[in-house]
Amino acid sequence: MTSNFIIFEGWHVKNLLKITKYQSHRQTLPRDLRHLVIKPSIVDTESNPSFFFSVALLPPFFFQLPSNTHGSLDFRGIRGHESQISNERARVRGKLVMESSPSSSTSSTHCFSPHSQGEVKLTITQLEQENVERKVFEIYRHFAEAPPQAKSFMVELWRDEHIEFLTKGLRKLGPNFDILDANRPWLCYWIVHSIALLGEHVDSELENNIVAFLAHCQDKDGGYGGGPGQMPHLATTYAAVNTLVTLGSERALSSIDRGKMYEFLLQMKDASGAFRMHDGGEIDVRACYTAISAASMLNILDSVLIKDVGNFIGSCQTYEGGIAGEPGSEAHGGYTFCGLAAMILINEADKLDMPSLIDWAVFRQGVECGFQGRTNKLVDGCYSFWQGGAVALIQKLLSAAGKESPLCGGQASEECMYNITLSPGGKLSDVGFAFMNEKTECSPLFHTIALQQYLLLCSQIHEGGFRDKPGKSRDHYHSCYCLSGLSVSQYSHCKDPHHSSPSPNDVLGPYSNLLEPIHPLYNVVLDKYDKAREFFSAF
Amino acid sequence: MSSDDGEECLPLSQRPEWADVRPVPQDDGPKPVVPIHYRENFREAMDYFRAVYLADERSLRSLNLTSEVIGLNPGNYTVWHFRRLVLEALNADLHEERDYVDRVAERFPKNYQIWHHRRWLAEKLGPKAADKELEFTKKIFTIDAKNYHTWSHRQWVLLALGGWDDELDYCQKLIENDVFNNSAWNQRYFVITKSPLLGGLQAMRESEVSFAIKAILTNPQNESPWRYLRGLYKGDIEQLLSDNQVPEVCLQVLKSGRNFLFALSMLLDLLCFGFQPSDEFKRIVEGLTNSESSSSDTNLATSVCNVLETVDPLRANYWAWRRRTLPSMVC
Repeated sequence: MTSNFIIFEGWHVKNLLKITKYQSHRQTLPRDLRHLVIKPSIVDTESNPSFFFSVALLPPFFFQLPSNTHGSLDFRGIRGHESQISNERARVRGKLVMESSPSSSTSSTHCFSPHSQGEVKLTITQLEQENVERKVFEIYRHFAEAPPQAKSFMVELWRDEHIEFLTKGLRKLGPNFDILDANRPWLCYWIVHSIALLGEHVDSELENNIVAFLAHCQDKDGGYGGGPGQMPHLATTYAAVNTLVTLGSERALSSIDRGKMYEFLLQMKDASGAFRMHDGGEIDVRACYTAISAASMLNILDSVLIKDVGNFIGSCQTYEGGIAGEPGSEAHGGYTFCGLAAMILINEADKLDMPSLIDWAVFRQGVECGFQGRTNKLVDGCYSFWQGGAVALIQKLLSAAGKESPLCGGQASEECMYNITLSPGGKLSDVGFAFMNEKTECSPLFHTIALQQYLLLCSQIHEGGFRDKPGKSRDHYHSCYCLSGLSVSQYSHCKDPHHSSPSPNDVLGPYSNLLEPIHPLYNVVLDKYDKAREFFSAF
Repeated sequence: MSSDDGEECLPLSQRPEWADVRPVPQDDGPKPVVPIHYRENFREAMDYFRAVYLADERSLRSLNLTSEVIGLNPGNYTVWHFRRLVLEALNADLHEERDYVDRVAERFPKNYQIWHHRRWLAEKLGPKAADKELEFTKKIFTIDAKNYHTWSHRQWVLLALGGWDDELDYCQKLIENDVFNNSAWNQRYFVITKSPLLGGLQAMRESEVSFAIKAILTNPQNESPWRYLRGLYKGDIEQLLSDNQVPEVCLQVLKSGRNFLFALSMLLDLLCFGFQPSDEFKRIVEGLTNSESSSSDTNLATSVCNVLETVDPLRANYWAWRRRTLPSMVC
């Protein structure tokens, strides 16, 4: 039986000789660059099917030297070229781009760019990007070279550590959290939602304490503030509602004053149709989403609340295709999720240029395998949810629109409708429910295994929690959105999470890595949403 | 005016001007969750703030107190809101207030509340505030040329207070400094579409297309000018198809054999719009195709999708979906 092999740097089999030659030149490289020359390794794909994916995703620029390299570089005998490997059954796709040094033997100082010929001065964007890539590729290389047991360990979801980190935060936070004193319902949501994603729950005493605390944050005139005695704010309202929904008990759900909430939301509505975050506060797409999400969840969404919101959000879609916080601002992952989710919830997704949105969003996934928030900016674990989630929403919309019907480049064909069909007599608040009833026929449009690779290998912290990127510290916000993004990726092929589970092929690492599915419009665990819907639809 | 960095030496309880105020402790309830182990000066400042907030005392000492609290937690929107009420009640000198906000914004540039407060302030100060606001944002951009709040603020200033004269030049400069700065490209789009001094998108299109193409040819792997180029034809597909500069730049990049991902993607979009490709395009794409998968009767768009699926594996699913959803009459 023949095994399939991939040569993991992307050199053609015939170039093995050249690799050997390169190896012998390793010593001629400046000391700080030698670590970039790695031994060619041959990977047996048959016994490591999921690893194949990881390897195939290893950035094609693996041998790319940092472009601000100074010193003499001698690549005699190595020619740069683009090559693809194909092997009978295993295929590695990737380009290897490497420039050979213009001079041969004399030492000279070169600023060496893989992207253009000769000497080039790098911009801040490029420098920062290369910095991040170096750290990320170091991790991937370390993973690739690790023995099988170490690999399994690295790609496992360290559940116990995460639960410990999260629960500790619920009970106690240090003085550095002074600056989050106006965001405590967010802390509750980030932690409680993360715990729920991991399939766990908080103990009943803690649950009661959370309900009681949030009740202290609830304003007598409706909505929730960042802490007891603070003005109600749409973001903390959204967080509080989602936390209580995630806790899910009758006590938790009934602690929300729906009537006053409606009045508060109405107060926050601006003449433009958009919402402001708090009395006298800023108006943006985030405010629109948090208001509409909370209203929909609580079954108080009506035509008065949604009036003209769709026009405002539509006007925030930029020439790039993504959505900005305000009209004219830059397309941004966070606002794109908020805008898209809000539009779906009010059943006006057809006001968006969907092909343009999709194209922008899928290009936000970069060589690091994670998502960036804006064009030419750095990868960040939290965008796994904002961008990944947006793409997942679109997947479902495309399915609802009629099984991948043809789209002309910039305009949807007339038969394409991105709106949800409600049953007769259905209310606006039912859209969220109807949305999840659509089976997801369209396959995921982003690389779900790659994203999981970034999350587990680069964002996950061994001591518990998740971080933005290597070099940054963990925090509860990133733990929440990295886990949310992980869930979205795992369930991306799943037609109907209510009735089936993802296949092991869709989950990177052991199958025990599988999280709970979420409702992608609200970002709460799906079962919890169902329970809340049942509770609130009785009103 | 007291210091605004929240680090007064004397605790509030020991300051004579606060002697008549009874601080109000936070009511977290008996068993709070996510309890923060506040620093002592923080806790005290908040206790005194709650006192004046609940009493709705809009005095000078309240104003000073809000400065202290903001220095400790600039994210406390309630304090900012109250500060605005106090400023109005005192009919305070808003130029001094602006100086204060300048200092706080430099300390905490990525904070929503500061920028919202700045906007409120600038609106009150009126059009004569435009210059200083624009200057201030430029200052922030020298540290972080992509700060999102700052760009939103700059756009708001231009729309509400004016000052468009040098904006296109400023964008030019930023793009020259860092051609990958997508915020600068976004701002450029904003200027050419919204500036009352320029003719609008249609009038600016020709020169902007040249500008974008030049940037593309210098760094074909730079996504910003490609999206910008697409944006110049937003809502005007006819123009896009009749202007042969666009397919021309795709061809040039494809011919170079390197960094052609966006060129292919643009070509695909053009084909989907109805672009009729020359034979040269077909030859070039054929050269990129893995000979195993192509057949003589595949249309160009399908071939392009196939190539993209191979050279851009991260988006293999997306390109496969594009291939499945090609319009029927595509070349």
